[in-house]
Amino acid sequence: MKRSPAVMALRWSGRVLVAAILLFVLLPGIVVAVTAFNDRAILAFPPQAWSLRWFWRAFSYSDFGRGFWNGLTVTLWASSIALVVGAAFAIAIHRYTFVLKSVLEGILLSPLIIPHYTIGLGVLILASQTGAGRGFPLVILTHVLLVLPFVMRSTFISLENLDSRLELAAASLGATPGRILLTVTIPLLLPGLLSGWLFAAILSFNEFTATLFVSSQATQTLPVAMYNYVREFADPTLAALSVIYIAVTALLLSLANAFLGLEKILNVDAH
Amino acid sequence: MLMHTDRMDAIASGEAGRQGRPAVQLDGVTRRFGDSIALHEAWLKIQPGEFMTLLGPSGCGKTTLLNLVAGFLETDSGEIFIEGALVTETPAHQREIGIVFQNYALFPHMSVANNIAYGLKTRGIDRKEIARRVDEALALVKLDGFGDRKPRQLSGGQQQRVALARALVIKPKVLLLDEPFSALDKNLRGAMQVELKQIQRELGVTTIFVTHDQGEALAMSDRIAVMSAGRIRQIAAPGDVYRRPADRFVASFVGDVNVLTGCLVERRTEVATISIGDMRLEVPAPPLAQAAIGDVVDVFIRPEHLAVTSGSTPGSLRGTVTTQVFQGDHIDLYIDVAGVAREPVLLRAPGIAALSSCPVGTEVGLTVRSDDVVAFLPEASS
Repeated sequence: MKRSPAVMALRWSGRVLVAAILLFVLLPGIVVAVTAFNDRAILAFPPQAWSLRWFWRAFSYSDFGRGFWNGLTVTLWASSIALVVGAAFAIAIHRYTFVLKSVLEGILLSPLIIPHYTIGLGVLILASQTGAGRGFPLVILTHVLLVLPFVMRSTFISLENLDSRLELAAASLGATPGRILLTVTIPLLLPGLLSGWLFAAILSFNEFTATLFVSSQATQTLPVAMYNYVREFADPTLAALSVIYIAVTALLLSLANAFLGLEKILNVDAH
Repeated sequence: MLMHTDRMDAIASGEAGRQGRPAVQLDGVTRRFGDSIALHEAWLKIQPGEFMTLLGPSGCGKTTLLNLVAGFLETDSGEIFIEGALVTETPAHQREIGIVFQNYALFPHMSVANNIAYGLKTRGIDRKEIARRVDEALALVKLDGFGDRKPRQLSGGQQQRVALARALVIKPKVLLLDEPFSALDKNLRGAMQVELKQIQRELGVTTIFVTHDQGEALAMSDRIAVMSAGRIRQIAAPGDVYRRPADRFVASFVGDVNVLTGCLVERRTEVATISIGDMRLEVPAPPLAQAAIGDVVDVFIRPEHLAVTSGSTPGSLRGTVTTQVFQGDHIDLYIDVAGVAREPVLLRAPGIAALSSCPVGTEVGLTVRSDDVVAFLPEASS
């Protein structure tokens, strides 16, 4: 049976719409990626001549290298501390009833609504008032505050999915509360904890606004180093860096997917 | 009334000392959730090796009682004893109780063998002994060779066997079963009931079984505690619960039953006489202690205790067959009996003779061919 022209038109306009939306999502990335190969020292699209020299500059510019390692240090510490603290708070809030429980939960989740620059500024003022140095601990502390809600949320979801009868069964079999936590609760929460950690790490590594306030020349992370660079130079180095960044992230995620099963870590697969 | 005697019993046994002490004993245990009373002053004694069933509709307090014995919930008042020792304040992990949940609650991240070994490891038993006892437990539930599988690789029935093995391998003082059959399909359910009962009898383990299925309760139990609205209504052997229900609730919850309107004619100490139309029946007198001669009473008659006679037999009820239901080994007849029953009376006739002898529309007489008839005051006045 022949489809009517109206149906065909609808069908094709639908496809065009989807393509347009996908293009809109990808466009900024595409523009930046193409710009990275421009030979000239300006950010222009499309490029007139082609070169790889900005990639070389991205690698050789020492602030980026230092920013990368600084950022990695901050990310690993911040997301790991947030994992332990956030999971502990999440379990306590989920399991127990106590005075001001909802207030505690609200405070811990508040970084979701408080702007990052407010948190950055607040920590900076506190640090200068108390005379604390502007070293790594300050940056890490700020990042812990920022990513804590995400670890807690992820732990909450896993706790909701955890059948409490498993813990009751373990108790009936003679396991003390501590043993239940180590042998039943934590192993079963692990996918959620890992996904929370991964999410926290990605956020922390990319965080810019609050970090700008609390970092110094010695502790600046990659996004801050990139911001400082763009204030001085207008060449395509940042575009090249973006391409590297996208490629590395894609590679890491594919590896995580291949070896760990990403859908399991990200809780995409409910079973 | 029955609660009362059990309470006297409990007090008396406390004075008598520790001899023949019950495996589980509840002394006036109450538990509230907010304003609602989930369990109201439960008095219960379970003998060593006994299979005790808590039977009732959902929300009757049976699961609350189970959780209190397991130590998953705290009592608001009353005491719980296990093998004579007071455990009211003892945490769950020190009560040495085996439990099988409705969904089995197997640890999904552990192999079958590790699931079963879990309770042995917490007891610090050495590896060789654990391996030996795990194998023994697997053999007990006929799952030899399944030790390395993960729970999700097993069928529902197999998972249940693992859960049972895990609970039994620690040699629990009491085995608690929380609706363990409700997730199984009907054929498997019957087979598992027989098998569980066999294992339970073999090991002689004291068992508390929670179910809302009266058939299951009648088939498996040594005694049944029928519960509703947070109270234990009757504690008795299955036959007695069925034949001599303590109150209206028990009579209508356990088994099919017809409720006919009668009238109290005469009452002596043990037996009372009631009339339904032209029919005279003797019923136990105690439930009618509050009734006066001439009062209207509800008479509870089981479908299989009714028989068809010719319409003119003196002292019988007269009615018209409205529906025939062929059930294979018996026939269910629904009979309109004007004046004494609001709904058609259900009569269960064995065999298939009634199929041809009582077609729809036939006028028949009804007689009662059993002593197991009970009467209670109508709901509003009781």
